[in-house]
Amino acid sequence: MRSRRLWVWMSVAVILLGAGVATAGTLSDVRAKGFVQVGVNGQLAGFGIPDEKGEWKGLDVDTGRAIAAAVFGDAKKIKFVPLTAVQRFTALQSGEIDVLCRNATWTLSRDTALGLSFVQVNYYDGQGFMVPKKLNIKSAKQLDGATVCVLPGTTTEQNVADYFRTHNMKMKPVVIENNTELNKAFFSGRCDCLTSDASQLAGARSVAPNPQDYIILPEIISKEPLAPAVRHGDDQWKDIVNFSVLAMIEAEELGITSKNVDEMLKSTNPSVQRFLGVVPGNGKDLGVDEKFAYNIVKQVGNYGEVFERNVGAKTPLALERGLNALWTHGGLMYAPPFK
Amino acid sequence: MKETTMDDIAPPLTRVGIIGWIRMNLFNGVFNSLLTIVIVLFLWYVGPPLIRWLFVNSLWGSTSVACRNAAGACWSVISANYRFILFGFYPYDLQWRPSTAMLVLVCLLLISRNRRLWKKWLLYAWGAGLCCMAVLMQGGVLGLTPVESTQWGGLPLTLLLAIFGLAAAYPLGVLLALGRRSKMPAIKILSIVYIELIRGIPLISMLFMSAIIFPLFLPEGVTINKILRAQVAIIMFTAAYIAEVVRGGLQAIPKGQYEAAETLGLNYVQTMRLIVLPQALKIVIPPSVSILISAFKDTSLVVIIGLYDILKTTQSVLANPEWMGFSSEAFIFLACIYFVCCYTMSNYSRRLERELGV
Amino acid sequence: MHSDISSSPSGAPERVSSFWDDPAKRSLVYQLITLMVVGFIGYYLFSNTIKNLHRQSIATGFHFLGKEASFEIGESLIGYSAASSYARALCVGILNTLKVAFIGTALTLFLGTLIGVARLSTNWLVSRLAAVYIEIFQDVPVLLQLFFWYAVFNDSLPAPRQALHPIPGVFLSNRGLVFGVLAHNPVYVYMGGAFLTACAGVYCLRWWAGKRQDKTGKTFPLLRSGAGILLGLPLFVWLCGGAPIAMNVPHLAGFNFSGGVTVSPEFTALLLGLVLYTAAFVAEIVRSGIQAVSKGQKEAAMSLGLKPWQTLNLVILPQSLRIIIPPVTSQMLNLTKNSSLAVAIGFPDFVSVVNTTINQTGQAIEGVAMIMTVYLVFSLLTSAFMNWYNGKIALVER
Repeated sequence: MRSRRLWVWMSVAVILLGAGVATAGTLSDVRAKGFVQVGVNGQLAGFGIPDEKGEWKGLDVDTGRAIAAAVFGDAKKIKFVPLTAVQRFTALQSGEIDVLCRNATWTLSRDTALGLSFVQVNYYDGQGFMVPKKLNIKSAKQLDGATVCVLPGTTTEQNVADYFRTHNMKMKPVVIENNTELNKAFFSGRCDCLTSDASQLAGARSVAPNPQDYIILPEIISKEPLAPAVRHGDDQWKDIVNFSVLAMIEAEELGITSKNVDEMLKSTNPSVQRFLGVVPGNGKDLGVDEKFAYNIVKQVGNYGEVFERNVGAKTPLALERGLNALWTHGGLMYAPPFK
Repeated sequence: MKETTMDDIAPPLTRVGIIGWIRMNLFNGVFNSLLTIVIVLFLWYVGPPLIRWLFVNSLWGSTSVACRNAAGACWSVISANYRFILFGFYPYDLQWRPSTAMLVLVCLLLISRNRRLWKKWLLYAWGAGLCCMAVLMQGGVLGLTPVESTQWGGLPLTLLLAIFGLAAAYPLGVLLALGRRSKMPAIKILSIVYIELIRGIPLISMLFMSAIIFPLFLPEGVTINKILRAQVAIIMFTAAYIAEVVRGGLQAIPKGQYEAAETLGLNYVQTMRLIVLPQALKIVIPPSVSILISAFKDTSLVVIIGLYDILKTTQSVLANPEWMGFSSEAFIFLACIYFVCCYTMSNYSRRLERELGV
Repeated sequence: MHSDISSSPSGAPERVSSFWDDPAKRSLVYQLITLMVVGFIGYYLFSNTIKNLHRQSIATGFHFLGKEASFEIGESLIGYSAASSYARALCVGILNTLKVAFIGTALTLFLGTLIGVARLSTNWLVSRLAAVYIEIFQDVPVLLQLFFWYAVFNDSLPAPRQALHPIPGVFLSNRGLVFGVLAHNPVYVYMGGAFLTACAGVYCLRWWAGKRQDKTGKTFPLLRSGAGILLGLPLFVWLCGGAPIAMNVPHLAGFNFSGGVTVSPEFTALLLGLVLYTAAFVAEIVRSGIQAVSKGQKEAAMSLGLKPWQTLNLVILPQSLRIIIPPVTSQMLNLTKNSSLAVAIGFPDFVSVVNTTINQTGQAIEGVAMIMTVYLVFSLLTSAFMNWYNGKIALVER
């Protein structure tokens, strides 16, 4: 009888150990936990992938770090949860993660029916096609009858089906849920073309055995604004996440980098002073430390630095800034004033 | 055999020694001779290139660039990444802790191989060992830095899911087996429904449920971490199989044992605890080891729900631009790990079967 | 699972009271408590789920089945396009799963029996090789084997334009195995009908022959005559129909082969992985089944003057089959359940299609419930069939 009771208590203890109860706002929960839990991809070079030491790298990963820097003043107070495409939204809905930075496309149905809120886009993308050069194809319209490698359950899969239908072409999909296996299948010639977001195509090409053997076709068949997402209904948390991303963009516009940020503290430019919290106000309004933007730039860097470090010209992905340049350079990256 | 007396005539050379053995075992009959020749030819054709690829031309510990030009296997993909493959995201400097935990486990397993040591203290040793492993993995006490379970990965995670899965599923399985043989219709039906339901569906659907649906079952704000959820799914799944094995053991106990216990005035719990279960569980040890083996192999399915077990860490390495395209080598390495573990266990289970004479 | 917490009467109070002394009443109380606990847990989870779904405004119900699926599926036994409904997509998935299950079962039985017999061979080399095969393939997770075979296919086979061309009409490339088939002709349908008729005829013949043997003791050359009818009748129909031999030969057109029948690498890798893995288990079962029949049975049969094939057919097989069939059935079920791993290498089986459906509609509960139901139905049908078959075998044994 006693052993029975012991069992019951033990199981209760086990459940309690594994279960976290969150009730108040996300910010206070995160503060109580002492870290931000960020859902990331885990397999996507340039956006979210661990290196051989288990150190996380990528644009989405750095976005998550910026949020941690804003909340705690320490970009290391963060936990990454690798998620598959199926799990990502459930994980956010159920509270397993606090914010999702997993190259998710912002769509109307996701923003409404799935109970999510997307914030500032951290990468503007569009879906394209990559084909081997030797097929001698110049346009996606020549792809009739092609075998197409595609990730399942994403907007990508629907876009490509739509595209082929509108142009009255036939396709044969090869659907593999795992990025690695999918890329491998394409490079080994299992498919005639690989379709995905253009950034991912560049990522895939960068890891090809012979990158120069592949070309990305000019057609971009969709808009893919990739943005972090939070649960619907917690406005304070949404603001913090939103302005963490925006702070990186604003820092680039103001010319503040992780290297010169300490000097910039002495700047006489009122915008810079407000931004870095030399003149207080922003932090209090947001509910975080006055120096949140300073911490983001100091520990993570501005958007340009993050972009160049993870996906820029010197990385294997070698992506152009394009739409992701600042608005002052003809891109779409535009932050509202920090005042 | 070697002793010869004067009367004995030595058998013809073709019947003894190597030649005799070959004749007896390889060329006894036309069909067998043909088979032997075909197989030898096949081995001759396949063997040498394979050995050249595996060992002679292979690279151990080079860079990936050197590997791309090599003719043989590129084992460097293992030597360069073995720590990530084995431990996943466990903090790099703290990886001695999961190593020690696994060492403790191996020691316990080695000790438990010896059936003469199956005494009460061994049970306590296992309890202490498991606690010790949990402390090593989790940290947070004795000045060890805490490590979140979200950072666990690789081989320790695989072992954890399998061994804790079996340990927790066993009591549940025994209860289900007893329930299935119970005379109370409600309990019997519930047990049968549970067992047959679980045995009828693939593990992957349970894992999907744990990963995608389970969060919806909980009240708002309550979350259970992913590994624990997968662990619960594996426990629930394994328990149904254990229940069937234990039921087999229970059925093998002669009716006289129950009747004798009843005559002594023992109640149900006493009968089961003191008379029936000790005998039944002894019979089912070998099949239980088989269940442990399949549980161990089945843990690889957590890849599909994105847990970083040893298969997933390997895939993660293969996603790295540098090491893409060396999947055969990495998968062969993994297959070796799995093979060594499973083979040892199944060998042991066979030995046990002989020793116990069941 | 929670039923068992109160399944054993440990909580029985020691005090003597007439109510607790009556085992019938006591058991009633236990059952009530169990049912209440299970019911409560069920209600708790259910109400939570409803609340959560409502709060997150996730759609429920099976309305989505009628909507347009708007995703393509690589291989399908029935007509399907992105404009078809989800219900049709799911049917495609079920049929694909059944395809793997049936072909896999047939191949596994064949390979497993072969290796099981090889394991008992007197040829040392053969029996060693069989043993090595069994150990290796049993002890490596089937998912790892699937990944491995898929990688091997993708890495080693050439592109369609350089396809291997071992015999005319057959092409092997990384798009799969493509081979020619007979072009469609109504005669083939009639031939199928003729074959079925022949089957029925042979069945009747067998019944009649058995009757006659019971009465008169005369045997009837059933094997020869049966084979003759089975082959002859369709052949006759074929000749009557003008003996059509037109072939639908595959040829390169654009990116891929058109015409003929394609077996995709995903399907092949899945089949190969599942068959090689399960065959190792079946081989062990077959071996132990044959070994379990005592030597005396064979000797007794021989001394009765039965020929070797009669010994095997009438004495050894019926006995070993009785031992072999139940575990082999569960292995076949395992194969079917393991085919759900197709999702990992991209073969569009049922789980894979449901996975995509869940992703697009967000209706995870309905999706997983469908997976469970479908596999449960497969299992129950197989068990029912096997119970019937077992009963039959037991009767034959007398």
